[in-house]
Amino acid sequence: MNRRSILKAAGAMAIALITLPRMAFAAYAEKAFKNKEVDSSLNELFGSNATTPSDEVKLKAPDIAENGAVVPVEVSTSLNADSIAIMIKENPNPLAIVADIPPGTEGKLKTRVRMGKTTLVTAVVNSGGKLYTASKEVKVTIGGCGG
Amino acid sequence: MSSIRIKAKERKGVVDVKTLMKHKMETGLRKGKDGKKIPEHWIQEVSAESGGKVVFVAALNTSISKDPYLSFKFVGKKGDPIKISWKDSKGATDSAETIVK
Repeated sequence: MNRRSILKAAGAMAIALITLPRMAFAAYAEKAFKNKEVDSSLNELFGSNATTPSDEVKLKAPDIAENGAVVPVEVSTSLNADSIAIMIKENPNPLAIVADIPPGTEGKLKTRVRMGKTTLVTAVVNSGGKLYTASKEVKVTIGGCGG
Repeated sequence: MSSIRIKAKERKGVVDVKTLMKHKMETGLRKGKDGKKIPEHWIQEVSAESGGKVVFVAALNTSISKDPYLSFKFVGKKGDPIKISWKDSKGATDSAETIVK
């Protein structure tokens, strides 16, 4: 081995290291996102679907969403979260979003989701491999005038 | 103009980030005027970096509303740079950068 080939190999390794975490992230998400059940999505995502309801997970969502296309949902937790996911039970694919929470980032996630019909919205917090949840039923009146 | 708008404000050592991305987030379930399904096309991944460190990564599904809004908090200070980028299902990307206020 001469100096040039060593440099080349080192360069290739550096590139692999940079791209690897992002690729891994996209790969595991794909299957979970296309899943049609809450439990199997959780299995794909976290390797477990054993969840514990917890007071330390707070889910903020409206009681009634007049427009199912834009439903504000906020998840916050005092637990040391590794990731946060939002599940909408009776959507074609329940998993709406999953966020990685690196150290230094707070356990908080706020977004707007689409909902097909009245169903249970669940916030899932992964903390040290254990899943903690908070759920709320959101009523949806699609295209209605609040009726 | 970038498709991303970012508001980042520090309060007591924590930066509150609010971001709005312009994207149609097509679900693949909607039908067009010709009765055919409009193919899905959505933002798959959003990531945020501050000072060379990833502070937030999220994977999105088609059930996130059109023109996605995201908000999160991280430990930082006024004057820190923050860069947010997204990647959609067709491989398109965009990013925007701002300074924490």
